[in-house]
Amino acid sequence: MPTYRDEAVVLRTHSLGEADRIVTMLGRRRGKIRAVAKGVRRTTSRFGSRLEPFMVVDLQCYEGRSLDVIQQAESLGAYGAPIVADYAAFTAANAIVETADRLTDEASQQQYLLLVGALRSLARGEHGPSLTLDSYLLRALSIAGWAPTFGDCAVTGEPGPHTAFVAQLGGVVADAVAPPGAPRLTPDTIALLGALLMGDWAVADAAAPPVRAQASGVIAAYTQWHLERGLKSLNHLDKGIKLDPSLRRRPRTEAVESALIEAAAVPTAVPAT
Amino acid sequence: MYEGIVQELIDELGRLPGIGPKSAQRIAFHIVQTRGFDVTRLGELLMEVHDKVRFCSLCGNVADEDRCGICRDPRRSRTSICVVEEPKDVAAIERTHEYRGLYHVLGGALSPIDGIGPDDLRIRELVQRLADGEVQEVILATDPNMTGEATATYLSRLLRTMDVPVSRLASGLPVGGDLEYADEVTLGRAFEGRRLVEH
Ligand SMILES: [Zn+2]
Repeated sequence: MPTYRDEAVVLRTHSLGEADRIVTMLGRRRGKIRAVAKGVRRTTSRFGSRLEPFMVVDLQCYEGRSLDVIQQAESLGAYGAPIVADYAAFTAANAIVETADRLTDEASQQQYLLLVGALRSLARGEHGPSLTLDSYLLRALSIAGWAPTFGDCAVTGEPGPHTAFVAQLGGVVADAVAPPGAPRLTPDTIALLGALLMGDWAVADAAAPPVRAQASGVIAAYTQWHLERGLKSLNHLDKGIKLDPSLRRRPRTEAVESALIEAAAVPTAVPAT
Repeated sequence: MYEGIVQELIDELGRLPGIGPKSAQRIAFHIVQTRGFDVTRLGELLMEVHDKVRFCSLCGNVADEDRCGICRDPRRSRTSICVVEEPKDVAAIERTHEYRGLYHVLGGALSPIDGIGPDDLRIRELVQRLADGEVQEVILATDPNMTGEATATYLSRLLRTMDVPVSRLASGLPVGGDLEYADEVTLGRAFEGRRLVEH
């Protein structure tokens, strides 16, 4: 049976039968790989945690009739453990792998390297998880041929700066072509969007929370517009539970109340359009 | 494809978890061909299970009354709650005979890529159970995989605000295995969770 070897990032898994999983991966050379990991759900599996989402593996498979079968997987980057130890990083990583899954049917080394870089950065906690995600989204969409413009008008090419943002038109547009009610961005937001697209982390890390929030809304809208069915993960991004230091000393019933409020406050990405 | 009703049976069986098209076909023909096969008994059981079995109003485990057998048992300690993903995890822990407290079944694990967030699990119910202050320990026993670990991370952060001690089941080397086959994450966890050997 023909076999092949590749470096791959695990994007997602689905249970199959008693103890197997179908593992969807992005291979550096082969692009999307779907293969069966036999017995992986047993605690004694020799694959262990290597075929879990966010892991980077050196992979050997043989080509089956319908699905390939994983023979060996050695770990190249164990990013999963540090990512799941931080819930905000975990939700960002989910949106990243879901996007990668949707954008990459053909092989693209650029997409592969961008994905590995984003997961590594999340695992190391180099930047805020939402900044890492936002930068990944802009750059992954750009590689896919949907680079947004944040300078000159996306329609007329009229030199910027412009403030109206329209996802459907491909970025910022001049007032003359902006539809009524188009959301307006502040100069700080536009600067942050440009920095995230270019990977200018000095500027991105320095951005204030409200600026980051507006940029995230713009990027979510832009992503959802291009990925037709929308990303499920974007609705479950974590923005953290507000820890109130006085909570411990309050009577228990009140503590329960605030914990409930925090549990209920699941932030959703607000589309800007 | 087979004629009408046989194919319908195969399709219906194929919708069950863990049963692929081949297994569905095998089961269907077993039912159709085996002379001594008690169809009535199976049919009745399915109806009965569907009517009678519900989920415990307190812990979410399978139950045949409002509360499950564990929650009704007066010998179980009320001061600890073990949080699991599914009722089958309750059964797995019960088989160890190591734990004498109560359970809380979440109904799954947090998985944003599958559209499952905190509101989709029985997290609110867990927080409510901690309200009266009787519970002295919460044990997180979600699966030792990515979604299970992420769920434990989320819960420990949430429960920290509530002043209740939280512990997580130890992860480590599978008993009966060879050290050299353990993957990096498992081996790393085993190191983290090592303990002093008693003399
Ligand atoms: Zn119960």
